[in-house]
Amino acid sequence: MSAARGTLLARAEAVLEEWVRARGETPTQDTVETFRLLALHRQGARGVPSFNACRETCREIAYHYNLLEESGDGKPRLMMEMLVRHLELFVRGKMEVEGLGDFCCASRPVREKSLLEERTDG
Amino acid sequence: MNKYQKVAYYPGCALEGTGHAYNSSTKAVGKALGLELDEVKDWNCCGAMEVKNVDPKVQTYLSSRVMAIAAHEMKAKVVMAPCNGCYHNLKKAEYDLANDEASRQTVDRISKKAGHETYQAGSLETIHALDWIKDGIGEEELKRRLKSSLKGLKVANYYGCMYTRPRHIFPEKDQGPGSESTSQPHFMDDLLAVAGAENVDFPLKTACCGGAHTLSDSDTSTQLVLNILQAAEVAGADVIATECPTCHSGLEMHQVRAEKVLGTKTKVRMLYFTQLLGVALGVSPRKLGVHENVSDGLALLKEKGIA
Repeated sequence: MSAARGTLLARAEAVLEEWVRARGETPTQDTVETFRLLALHRQGARGVPSFNACRETCREIAYHYNLLEESGDGKPRLMMEMLVRHLELFVRGKMEVEGLGDFCCASRPVREKSLLEERTDG
Repeated sequence: MNKYQKVAYYPGCALEGTGHAYNSSTKAVGKALGLELDEVKDWNCCGAMEVKNVDPKVQTYLSSRVMAIAAHEMKAKVVMAPCNGCYHNLKKAEYDLANDEASRQTVDRISKKAGHETYQAGSLETIHALDWIKDGIGEEELKRRLKSSLKGLKVANYYGCMYTRPRHIFPEKDQGPGSESTSQPHFMDDLLAVAGAENVDFPLKTACCGGAHTLSDSDTSTQLVLNILQAAEVAGADVIATECPTCHSGLEMHQVRAEKVLGTKTKVRMLYFTQLLGVALGVSPRKLGVHENVSDGLALLKEKGIA
């Protein structure tokens, strides 16, 4: 069962909330053009111009949310899922670069497990 | 005469190495369209990301030196940089020199020490290869010169993140009809559509490919690229058209790495937009360096009956 558009939007918001919290701020409840996601992006990019590299990804998530019905499926839903995944990966990279840590266990490098195994074996 | 008819050409370091095919295809397309390139003499690195991280003002100087040679020694009015990184850095240097006194002083001091005239903001216009073809020849003339068509080829146009960001260093963009858009760039889409390609709706066209941390955190880069490749396939693309050597080699390298490390294979191929335009202009794929690409674009072009 694929995630509904509301679930995907909430996932994207959760990623930006994590970024905002990691920088010691309280995630905003405001909206921009009716989307909290865009307000969170604006908050997250304050003082970090390079964070704007995910601005269009956030806007595309909002666009795809508008394209879909709540239970809508097919290509737009799949594309929205990939956009949310891109946002997750981008924020993960930014957090590592900025020294703010992992934002969730799923964000750890894919090779970490095999490296750990190599060390244990060795 | 159109001001883009003959421009100073700043290939940058990548086009002498991994982006060699972009260099040869840019020159071949220019020749086919009757546009002239005059390579900047004794050019240096634009400062890329490395120098910027150490001292942004030294990066401004390095980019300004390229512009100083083009403007003062070559008497050029326009410099064209096909690499997004070079294009971005020259634009940023132009902006900093126009708006930041400390940058002006640093550039002046180093220029004097290096023994050349200091570059003054506003002496030169920096453009990308997309501007050069779009505004130098125009879509109508391009159409007239086509020898074949890219019909049947589905293309996802990937611009990367440095072509349009940050917006304030590109004052000529977002100026209404005819100008490039920073949120929905379309120049590459426009040119390839004229050549007969079918552009697919691709929402990750300006998304980050993780190029900046490709060495420090390769796994993130691989996953970012894999997501771009998979999204292009979901969009129905046969090819991702690129206009930056760093993006291009990143997509190609991490496509291989994704298969090796993550076990996920993708079929979409990468071709520079100049290679695709060149094929439509009747230039042989060999002269366009298609055989130098890591992903096998030639097989796809043959399969589609384009080359």
